[in-house]
Amino acid sequence: MKKKTNLAPYLYIIPGLIMVLGLVYIPVIVNLIYSFFRLSSYSSSMKFVAFDNYRRLFTSDTFPIMIRNNIYYCIISLIVQVGFGTFLALLLESKLAGERFKTICRNIYFIPSLVSLTAVGLMFNFIYNPQLGMLNTLLKNIGMADLQQTWLGDKNLAIFCIIAMSQWQFTGYITLLMVVAFQNVPNDYVEAAIIDGAGPVKRALSIILPLAKEQLLVCTIITVIGAFKLFTEVYSTTVGGPGNSSQVLGLFLYQNAFLHDDMGMAAATGVLIFVITVTASIFQLKISRSGEV
Amino acid sequence: MSTEKYVLRTRILKILLYVFLLILVAVILFPVCWLVLNSLKTNQEMFLNSLSLPKKWMFENYVTAWNKGLVSYFANSIIVGVLSIGIILALSSMMAYGLTRFNLPGSGFLFILVLGGMALSEQVALVPLYKILQAVKLYNTRAALVLPYVAFRIPFTMFLMRSYFISIPKELEEAAIVDGCKSWQRFTKIILPISKPVLASCAIVNLNHVWNEFLFANVFLENKKLMTIPLGLMTFQGDLKSDYVVMLSGILICSLPMVILFLCMSRQFVRGLTSGAVKG
Repeated sequence: MKKKTNLAPYLYIIPGLIMVLGLVYIPVIVNLIYSFFRLSSYSSSMKFVAFDNYRRLFTSDTFPIMIRNNIYYCIISLIVQVGFGTFLALLLESKLAGERFKTICRNIYFIPSLVSLTAVGLMFNFIYNPQLGMLNTLLKNIGMADLQQTWLGDKNLAIFCIIAMSQWQFTGYITLLMVVAFQNVPNDYVEAAIIDGAGPVKRALSIILPLAKEQLLVCTIITVIGAFKLFTEVYSTTVGGPGNSSQVLGLFLYQNAFLHDDMGMAAATGVLIFVITVTASIFQLKISRSGEV
Repeated sequence: MSTEKYVLRTRILKILLYVFLLILVAVILFPVCWLVLNSLKTNQEMFLNSLSLPKKWMFENYVTAWNKGLVSYFANSIIVGVLSIGIILALSSMMAYGLTRFNLPGSGFLFILVLGGMALSEQVALVPLYKILQAVKLYNTRAALVLPYVAFRIPFTMFLMRSYFISIPKELEEAAIVDGCKSWQRFTKIILPISKPVLASCAIVNLNHVWNEFLFANVFLENKKLMTIPLGLMTFQGDLKSDYVVMLSGILICSLPMVILFLCMSRQFVRGLTSGAVKG
């Protein structure tokens, strides 16, 4: 009788635990195992190939291209979304503009992040379209036709067009996160600084930003992780093209698994993404813990 | 420095700030307006000059898009969304309750274990999940979406609910224990009703995620009759070939629900997003 009441509480935990273990942890572990095998999606036969998938991944011609593209995406997103997004949040918290106006602006900046990545990708296919797209038509109408580009069709520009699209979509998201963090900064601190004669720039740099440092770090990490999970943005616009010029790790994984039927290679790519994103998460946990004091 | 100078400087700064914020509003809204404008034209008109106003406002483009298959994509998204959110909320709240109210041995470890799932990304599990779903004959069914969605969203949701449950005073339950209420009754009659705000936030943030999810939907579904909106949109593009204006109308229809939901419930949205990102 007594034993039964002691075990009952675990019944609350077990269903969710089974889901997380069975459909998150086990697949991730199986993925690691797969990365040492050659396997196909149509049969269950597996052939052990040791590190051959990794060798093929690291020596493939597209490898340096996708790493470069993922890093471009990461760095530009850090500068625009986290850097500029935080600056924008500071402006939205300044006392100069009216509350209502600021809330409306903040919501407008945020709205693109609510739209699905495929919808945004398809929209930007139109915006970048060389014949009837918004950008080229606009350039023609303001007399700068010589600046017209093929945008997504240009192998030097394609990845930057995709990156620009993401900045348009997600800068407002980071801004919103930072605005809320700034609002949680105790007003007493800010008022004390005003009495001490600190101007708005000094207040931002020496009081508001340091107190919101943890949120800033979180925004940095989610941006880095997002950059290496990049998939849908590229899939719905260039599909990695022209050539392989806008290839990224996430799309490479997908194409190997479901187009080239090379699931071992896909698994090895998955392990690489795993190492990068988990390192970033551990980094976040470590720093946010040390900052708790 | 005279106060006059100070006032003048503040006024200039204020004007600059307004102009800057409005320019950014234009950067966000101009492409959207362009898309809306062209979705109301004929294809020829769009080809001639995509910046001109439509001669005749073609609202029927939206009707065409809706009837060309969007209805069923919407229905699928709603079914998958409701099922996923229901199960996510049920399992996560039970887990959070179990972890916070019984001082169970090992609950600290279990919490960290489940929370760690948040650091694992969908791509890393993609190939094995595909194999598993095929092996258990769930590939290309609605369950192939709902189950992975639930598993990947539990860590985040459990984390949010746990911090909320911890803040609920123990005294509330103690009275019920004296009255002889079993833990299940205390959970459903006391804890869940006062947790409505956090449940709403979790529901909205997860709905936003599930509604827009593409990677799993793209890999685990083949049947057009089961496709959710993000996947349906890609198929829609293939079906329509060069019927650009209908395509545009379709994209815009599909983007509306979440935006409307945000405008109606922005408080819950913001609360869920920000508290979730604290250790996301």
